[in-house]
Amino acid sequence: MGALLEVRGVTKRFGGFRALAGVSLEVQQGERFGLIGPNGSGKTTLINCISGALASDGGTILFRGRDITGLPAHQRTRLGIARSFQIPRPFTSMTVLDNLLIPLEYAAPGRASRTDATAAAMETLELIGLAEKARLRPADLTQVDLRKLELARAMAARPALLISDEAMAGLSSAEVDAILPILLALNERGITIIMIEHIMRAVMRFSERIAVLDAGEKIAEGSPDEIVRDPRVEKAYLGE
Amino acid sequence: MRKTLVPAAVAVGAVLAALLVVRLTGNRYAWFAGYVVLQYIVLATAWNVLGGYTGYVNFGTAAFFATGAYTALVLVLTVRPPLPVMILAGGLTAGLLGLGIGYLTLRLRGVFFSIATLALAVVLQTFVMNWDLVGGAKGVSVIRPRPAVPFTDYAEYLFAVMAVLAAAAVSFAWWVEHSRLGRGLAAIRDNEEAAECMGVPTLRLKLFATTASGFLMGVAGAPFPYYVTLVEPLSVFSLDYAVNSLAMPMIGGTTTWLGPVVGAVLLGTAQQLATVTISSELNLLIVGVVLVGFVLLAPQGVVGLAGRLASRRRR
Repeated sequence: MGALLEVRGVTKRFGGFRALAGVSLEVQQGERFGLIGPNGSGKTTLINCISGALASDGGTILFRGRDITGLPAHQRTRLGIARSFQIPRPFTSMTVLDNLLIPLEYAAPGRASRTDATAAAMETLELIGLAEKARLRPADLTQVDLRKLELARAMAARPALLISDEAMAGLSSAEVDAILPILLALNERGITIIMIEHIMRAVMRFSERIAVLDAGEKIAEGSPDEIVRDPRVEKAYLGE
Repeated sequence: MRKTLVPAAVAVGAVLAALLVVRLTGNRYAWFAGYVVLQYIVLATAWNVLGGYTGYVNFGTAAFFATGAYTALVLVLTVRPPLPVMILAGGLTAGLLGLGIGYLTLRLRGVFFSIATLALAVVLQTFVMNWDLVGGAKGVSVIRPRPAVPFTDYAEYLFAVMAVLAAAAVSFAWWVEHSRLGRGLAAIRDNEEAAECMGVPTLRLKLFATTASGFLMGVAGAPFPYYVTLVEPLSVFSLDYAVNSLAMPMIGGTTTWLGPVVGAVLLGTAQQLATVTISSELNLLIVGVVLVGFVLLAPQGVVGLAGRLASRRRR
């Protein structure tokens, strides 16, 4: 069986700026995959191309061997690719619980009745530690809880592949320690995870394999140990 | 299931009350005034499906209303079908226009979408002004047929028809609000990109909202030729429609089906009273003042305000 996600030579331009210059990578079923790189290296653009929020200009994206390059984002979510946003984008007029009902009703396979969906949403909130705040609105949540909601909502889509876009940026190390186990627990349930993160401690601890982007190109890929020792990575981050 | 009957019951109750008042006072003008209020219930509800539920503010209510009115007028001038056929045709044409506008949302959001809908009204008005069949700028008179069987007076018949349309529109809004569809629309309103990434087919839902909203506005406009009997562009494309159908949900509350109804009844009635008692030009001023007051003091509208007061009392 092939890879769960296969990115082949994906390019993306914004006017004259080349955000992605033919990036290829493969993510295996059940893997914990880290995606790192300096600011502006194209990480989020790549995620946008994979999730369908942006249309790529060239290259193909395969999910479970199926070409999804031309599919709109909501169909990719239904196929099993869910993402969280770097800056939380909750549905502000809804309660935390209702936020989860949207993906449960629209994306999760085997559409449940509303009562079943509510139970499933509560279960997810329980797992992520937001159950007591189910009736609150996003405006009443702390920054950490908003990040958790962002992850919980992506999880409610019942994805096979979860893309976490800097879920931990700006959090204290204690808060990072609160979120990391959640992602590990999800992975143990068989969900493949791509983690984009600036916090090296978290990425290194979490990932089985890491790819490094710099200026829209993949400059290295390998185990955390290999990446740390790679001179090209050091150059990308620190200069010569 | 019992909940489904709530909006219908409210509508029936309101209509019966109105009928009773008119019968008791014996004032025939009340049919005309009541018709306008009911028409605004339809328009405000239609506007709210797109503006309140989905978050796309439409300044072009007049364009959809006029599309319904002129579709009906063309039918009156050519084949003279019964009123229900005119209403259906007016709704379908305006719905088609709404579908077209829906594709604009692919590129235009926020204020840019609103400007485009305003431009649509201007373009259509210019077109109608230069269309000889419908009388161009000077308009055309139509002769009312006999009212349908139980009615003896055509104004009374139009009032009853509009009451049915209002009840249907409000029931439709209630259904949308309480369905999976309505929750999808709310997700689009809150954050369109996040909604799409959570599996909501945003384009399809937006097309539904613009089409349904346009359809209902066209339905509200279709009986208009028989209501005024002199159809001319300035009254059909009146700014009143755009302003009122936006102000009424804002004043009543945009997040529930009840909001536009409350707003239309309050504001519509106030305007009708002002038109008769003080001045026909004053009614837009009332809208302006009330709208400013609500935006500043009760941005959630009457319904939101009532809900807040109720929850405070519970505590």
